[in-house]
Amino acid sequence: MKIGIVCPYSWDSPGGVQAHVRDQAETLIAGGHDVSVLTPVEDPTHLPPYAVDGGRPRAVPYNGSVARLTMGVKATARVRRWIREGDFDVLHVHEPLAPSLGVLACWAARGPIVATVHSSIERSRALATGYYVAQTALEKINAIIAVSEHARRTIVDHLGADAVLIPNGVRVDTFREAAPLRRWAGPSVMFLGRMDEPRKGLPILLTAFAEVRQRIPKVTLILVGPGDPDEVLAGVPAAVREGIVCLGRVSEDEKARALASADLYVAPNTGGESFGIVLLEAMAAGAPVVASDLEAFDRVLDNGRAGRLFPVGDASALAHAIIDLIDDPAERAQLRDIGRQRAELYDWPRVARDILDVYASVTAGQGPVTEDLRGQIVGRWAGRRREAP
Amino acid sequence: MSWWWVVIIVSGVVLVALYLSMTAGRLDALHRRIDAASHALDVQLLRRSALTLDLASSGLFDPATTVVLAASAHAARAVDVSDPVARGLAESDLTRVLMEVLPDEAEVAELRASPEACAMLDELSSTCTRVQLSRRFHNDAVRACRQVRRHRAVRWFRLAGHTPWPHTMEMDDTPPSALTDR
Repeated sequence: MKIGIVCPYSWDSPGGVQAHVRDQAETLIAGGHDVSVLTPVEDPTHLPPYAVDGGRPRAVPYNGSVARLTMGVKATARVRRWIREGDFDVLHVHEPLAPSLGVLACWAARGPIVATVHSSIERSRALATGYYVAQTALEKINAIIAVSEHARRTIVDHLGADAVLIPNGVRVDTFREAAPLRRWAGPSVMFLGRMDEPRKGLPILLTAFAEVRQRIPKVTLILVGPGDPDEVLAGVPAAVREGIVCLGRVSEDEKARALASADLYVAPNTGGESFGIVLLEAMAAGAPVVASDLEAFDRVLDNGRAGRLFPVGDASALAHAIIDLIDDPAERAQLRDIGRQRAELYDWPRVARDILDVYASVTAGQGPVTEDLRGQIVGRWAGRRREAP
Repeated sequence: MSWWWVVIIVSGVVLVALYLSMTAGRLDALHRRIDAASHALDVQLLRRSALTLDLASSGLFDPATTVVLAASAHAARAVDVSDPVARGLAESDLTRVLMEVLPDEAEVAELRASPEACAMLDELSSTCTRVQLSRRFHNDAVRACRQVRRHRAVRWFRLAGHTPWPHTMEMDDTPPSALTDR
């Protein structure tokens, strides 16, 4: 099957959507499909062979922060050419409402179009600014996939459209086979994420860790992720500081290895998580999980059967959970087994099979994706002009 | 003085015409989306009944079950496709029969003894999932189309032409849980 995938955000900046697109493309290619990814990119020399340069992203204030998006006449022309030359059986657009290549692709294409919606915040913004524009793009989409129940509900509630839930995928193989990074002297607890982002909840973990360290002096806290450690750890007493190791920003491989070397993975997030992919990565790597009881985490941890949950923001409950689990190797071993099984459910080949079912349902009896020339005066003009060599 | 009015009226007419032509284009695309979706649904439903017939003639089941399977699959294929209500009922019957014939995992595991049966059941399982997906996509397309067709401009200027009011497909499409539990 020839599949064209559109990524809305810059390929070289890290992000959940980009990782999802990459894993999806690579899994489908491994399954024998012919995949092309169109994506904005700063430096096209770093693109993998299956990706096509969709233009340089521009920093645009959008959705409350500065997003790196690609749009304009030149981008429209690139999208059109890619669609014309790709001869795809199905077009898969990610974040169709972000003002980027995705929405351009919806306008420029005609034929089977599938879209995946990742975030839920985009929606209200997109609707407030251009309901009509959003509708005209959405109307052309044959099937909408939502990666989380949260994202699905916003589509249903705000747009009245239907969406199929297909969860995010995890590369279980990569995480299962990761060799431990190093052996720590005592039991180790790991945190992953931006250290200075309040919603990741590091301060709660630091408070809890001080309490844990009083009970179990040999315990180590490993911090992985971007952020300035001096700033984050400024208020931490020296005795507690001794037990903290900062690894900083790490590669995907090192992340897997770090998780494989941890005795516990803690996710003290206070909000803003719609899915919780890291939890699944930790479980696949064999790290038992302690997480705050956000709705998304509760879902991933199967109501606490596949990991320990504690009330959001409650540092002493977190400390107790950590102490309990460190003292109970049998419980940790059990959580590790259950977690591994749970992660299998979200393994990419399995997720890709669900996505292929959606493709099959929209392509049955349909021709390939073609360029839509109807009513696209600007695009058509751009297409002709930029085309001419 | 009067040329001013001419300019205003002409540009107003042009704008209205542009809007109407764009909306007609939108509506046309939506009608095509429904056609594609209902065709896709048709393909999956026909596939499901065909696979059920294969299953019935495979010799995996006792004679009574075989008769029930074959009868409901035939009924689903023989129904008048232009009557969505009758078709929905016949297809729902087939869904119920499949659910009864493949009641639990123990039974399905027994059936999966031979590789041919295994392949057959896997195909049926994925087709049942696809039936469900296709129907959802079809009904969503109908909803989007109805939303535009309710607009005043669309009704006044008859932008939908002679295309009949679209209908959703109502049926029980729950896949047999013992098959799709994964």
